[in-house]
Amino acid sequence: MNNKKGMKKIFEDMKKFSPLLINLTSRDFKVKYRRSVLGVLWSVLNPLFTMLVITQVFGHLLKVSVPNFATYYIVGWSIWNFFSEATSLSMGSILGGASLIKKVYMPKYIFPLEKCLFALINLAFSLIAVIAVMLIQGVYPTWTALLAPLPILYCFVFSVGFGLILSAMTVYFRDIQHLYSVLLTVWMYLTPVIYPVSLIEDNAFMNTVVHLNPLFYYVDYFRNVMMYGVVPSLVDNLVCIGIAVISLVIGGFVFSKAQKKFILHI
Amino acid sequence: MKSENAVELRDIEMHFNMSKEKFDSLKELFLRFVTRRLMFEDFIALNKVSFDIPKGDVFGIVGLNGSGKSTILKIISGILTPTKGKVETDGTIAPLIELGAGFDLDLTARENIYLNGSVLGYSKKFMDEKFDDIVEFSELREFLDTPMKNYSSGMVARIGFAIATITKPDILIVDEILAVGDFKFQEKCEQRINSMINGDTTVIIVSHSIDQIERLCKHCAWLEKGKLKMIGDAKEVCNAYKNQGTN
Repeated sequence: MNNKKGMKKIFEDMKKFSPLLINLTSRDFKVKYRRSVLGVLWSVLNPLFTMLVITQVFGHLLKVSVPNFATYYIVGWSIWNFFSEATSLSMGSILGGASLIKKVYMPKYIFPLEKCLFALINLAFSLIAVIAVMLIQGVYPTWTALLAPLPILYCFVFSVGFGLILSAMTVYFRDIQHLYSVLLTVWMYLTPVIYPVSLIEDNAFMNTVVHLNPLFYYVDYFRNVMMYGVVPSLVDNLVCIGIAVISLVIGGFVFSKAQKKFILHI
Repeated sequence: MKSENAVELRDIEMHFNMSKEKFDSLKELFLRFVTRRLMFEDFIALNKVSFDIPKGDVFGIVGLNGSGKSTILKIISGILTPTKGKVETDGTIAPLIELGAGFDLDLTARENIYLNGSVLGYSKKFMDEKFDDIVEFSELREFLDTPMKNYSSGMVARIGFAIATITKPDILIVDEILAVGDFKFQEKCEQRINSMINGDTTVIIVSHSIDQIERLCKHCAWLEKGKLKMIGDAKEVCNAYKNQGTN
């Protein structure tokens, strides 16, 4: 099959299977909240409870001094948690879709993509909690909050790319599922979610590591527009877009190479 | 590809790496690699199989277990990519390889009908139009809002068949599925397949029931251990297949 035909097929598939993408996402959503009394309210309550615990532990016991710590934390957490949820769910998505992949032809990238969309919906609900905390703490968003979809979009593209790599690798090496949860913990502490960047600025090594961490830029961008009323510069945008595109290109490449043999391993 | 053909297979080879034991983890792979026990056994499921299926044909595939019948169906429907060779198809394909693939048993039948429809690539609007037909055919209207985990396997198969055959596809692939449901429903299924056969649909059937193949098919291929042993008129091939043990 030549390249031009391949591209055409990708676009045809996307159009044909977009209802599947929507249906799979809504299935995940329905299954998640079916039979729970409070249902979707949990998506708002969960971040609030986590925030309460973290602010107690880090704000009062460990004395992390950040102005409006609760807001600082939950704004950063929401982006971090989106990435963490999207990629962890993507990771097992091909294995989870095995019964379908074995029996019907469908574009396989639909599974990791669907998990990222599902995480995006959860993010939308946790944003309600974010805004509630902001209002309670008196951190009123300015017009720059209207730019919030930008970092979310950048982080979404980044997560899709990363999720594609993870989901493809997990088919061949199931160990990744166990390794990744450890990696995520480390990764979270390398992202200034719970502590301010100023805390590690003196440590040259840590400072470098944090600045090499793609999530740092998304979290930072999101905080700037949500709570500091700062418009990120062109360079900030280019960095965020650049990382996202690189992730998507590598992810797409790895996934397309790997997917032909999925069926022999699931 | 010639325009009168619905499916063209050229020198299809399908190899499977059968490692003696499957390893799914890095540690195992590493250990095998170090101890130089990383061995694969190359299993050839299909060996240089070529044939054409003309449009509007009803084409049967017979063969013993493990002869590669299902593999070839999966290659035609695009689920498997052949190791070597070329496969070309013309038109939409409806796979009936397993009924109800893609049902989520936690969801109700109503939700699953839409989910499964989109698995087969149908739009929501299309499913809205066909929803009543599907329910009608499956005769399960009163259970529509019951989660499907409470369904019997026959009920699941009814819904699956009703969804999969809701359109008239250009190519219909049928793999041993007529063995589901009670005899009344089986009759209904066969009727529906017959009405497709009388339309322009190309039908490819795999079955162990030689009678069924003889009754429904015009042409037939006989696979043996991954090789094409015989191809031609359905009656001749079926006769030869039936007599293979006797001479």
